[in-house]
Amino acid sequence: MRRGRPDTATGWATGAWPMVMLCVFFVVPFTIMAAISFFHRVEGGFYEPGFEFANYARFFTAFFGEILGFSLFVSGLAAAICVAVGFPFTYLLTRLRRRRQVVWLVFLLSVLSLSEVIIGFSWSILLSRTAGLSNLLVALGLMEQPVSWSPGFVALMLGLCYLAFPYTVLVLYPPLSRLEPQLPEAARTLGASPLRTFFTVVVPALRGAIVATLIMVFVFTLGAYLLPQLLGRPQHWTLSVMITDQAIYQSNLPFAAAMAMFLMLVSLALVGLTYVVGGERRGA
Amino acid sequence: MAELQLKGVGKRFGSLTAVEDVDLTIPDGKLVCLLGPSGCGKTTLIRVVAGLEEPTTGRLLLDGQDITDLPAHRRNFGMVFQSLALFPHLTVGGNIAYGLRVRGRDKTEQTARVASLLDLVQLPGVADRHIAQLSGGQRQRVAIARALALEPQLFLLDEPLSALDAKLREAMQVELRLLQQRVGITTIIVTHDQREAMTMSDLVVVMGEARVQQVGTPLEIYRNPVNTFVADFIGTSNLLPVTVAGRDGVALSGRTLRVPPIGPDLADGSTATLSIRPEDVHILGQDRGGENRIAGRVTFIRDVGASVETHADCDGLEVISVAAPKDRPDVARGDAVVVELPPASCVVLPR
Repeated sequence: MRRGRPDTATGWATGAWPMVMLCVFFVVPFTIMAAISFFHRVEGGFYEPGFEFANYARFFTAFFGEILGFSLFVSGLAAAICVAVGFPFTYLLTRLRRRRQVVWLVFLLSVLSLSEVIIGFSWSILLSRTAGLSNLLVALGLMEQPVSWSPGFVALMLGLCYLAFPYTVLVLYPPLSRLEPQLPEAARTLGASPLRTFFTVVVPALRGAIVATLIMVFVFTLGAYLLPQLLGRPQHWTLSVMITDQAIYQSNLPFAAAMAMFLMLVSLALVGLTYVVGGERRGA
Repeated sequence: MAELQLKGVGKRFGSLTAVEDVDLTIPDGKLVCLLGPSGCGKTTLIRVVAGLEEPTTGRLLLDGQDITDLPAHRRNFGMVFQSLALFPHLTVGGNIAYGLRVRGRDKTEQTARVASLLDLVQLPGVADRHIAQLSGGQRQRVAIARALALEPQLFLLDEPLSALDAKLREAMQVELRLLQQRVGITTIIVTHDQREAMTMSDLVVVMGEARVQQVGTPLEIYRNPVNTFVADFIGTSNLLPVTVAGRDGVALSGRTLRVPPIGPDLADGSTATLSIRPEDVHILGQDRGGENRIAGRVTFIRDVGASVETHADCDGLEVISVAAPKDRPDVARGDAVVVELPPASCVVLPR
């Protein structure tokens, strides 16, 4: 759909408001960050205006390359787990009666009110040796003695998925509840079992929604910087943690800005790639 | 052979009774229409037959075998849904072959079957197209082909033609009927359109208020409705309040009319309804003598060319007559006329 240019004052005014908001809250801060990423860092001080690629050059080392790769892997895995668990969950949710759906959605929304900090500390306690879930398993006689599951990679994954799961469900809910109920029914009358119907009709019919949700969770968890510190070991620290570390503790804003730029460009490229691949398959 | 029997089938959703106590036999190879106004339970009933809803009461027997507890995917009934429910992620061929793929038939067999089914529904050579590229009528045919792909024992259609425009719908009714006769498959069609039901069916099942009201051939249902619901729903009827007077007479505003013998369920002196089709009512400019004549006055004439509809007021009761143009009564609005209700066309129904 294409529209002509607004030719009235009102047309300009209505278009101007989002423009102003976009500039104030997005374009200006982003431009500042982009500019700072080329500035010169003053050791022990702050930074001074300049134009150099030193910050980017420093980034291209095996150390940061590994961290970048690990960050993308962690977010990709979290996105895959969230969608793999969230999609069937949401599908079953939309089959429930209206009133029960509302109860579940309210519950999920209330989980959203928990901050990353609270989620991180709660899981680190739940997975600890002294006060964690393993004590419960010992009491039930399922384990010999309590163990510590945190910090660790599994604990980090658990925390990230817990954080992103409500978003996953809330993003998947509208397309899934709009899915025509007669589609799976038609598959049933053609001899497909409920499980087979789910994988051959429900999942492919909603491929677009699944790809969009994967991207959303991927980008969302990419920005998490507290959970890796609370639930992971130093080797599990993601690029977001490094950026925070550089910006706040090392007072190296130019380098932090350069890393942030790079992380953003890489994730944008990945998102674009997913769309291109998804689009090709849809067109075939 | 595929004869379906429904025994005391009922379905409740919470406190709502959608279908109640349906006893019905769908004979082998016949086309049966479930006809009724919206909300009468006809869609629920066909969904129970398909296995998409579990009946609250009653049993379903297919050739004498109890299939009540058989899940939908083990029944092998082909179904066409009101929304058609074509899979948007598959091509035409992919949609039609879906059932074959589920059953693990090999690729060459799938391709051959898809081609022959597309020929059957007169839509050859579109197997590679996407669903979005088809017109409404073409999608209709694809949905029919998909439902017939597994050579089902029963062919179920839930308001299959309701999305099509009037002209295409009429053409598809004839085509669907011819297709059904060619394949010889036992078929149940749900519809609210009585013209559609009359066009296609061997048997019409009139449903109303969650129950089966009458089962019969289209003509039987039209000629001899068993109650006022059927008389009113099928076509148009003049429904006149009368009192039973003897075994072959009724009193209408003090005048006695002769009618065919009245059944034992209506006692002498009880109130009843006289039903007569507008095309059976004759309006005469002057009294020529004969039976069952009442006096009236013309209140309205609707002349639509193919037929003439004359409304007459007979002592406060409105009687409508429809005549072919050649039998057009020579009357004008406001004329005093004689309205003839031929005894053989009168049906007396319980109030």
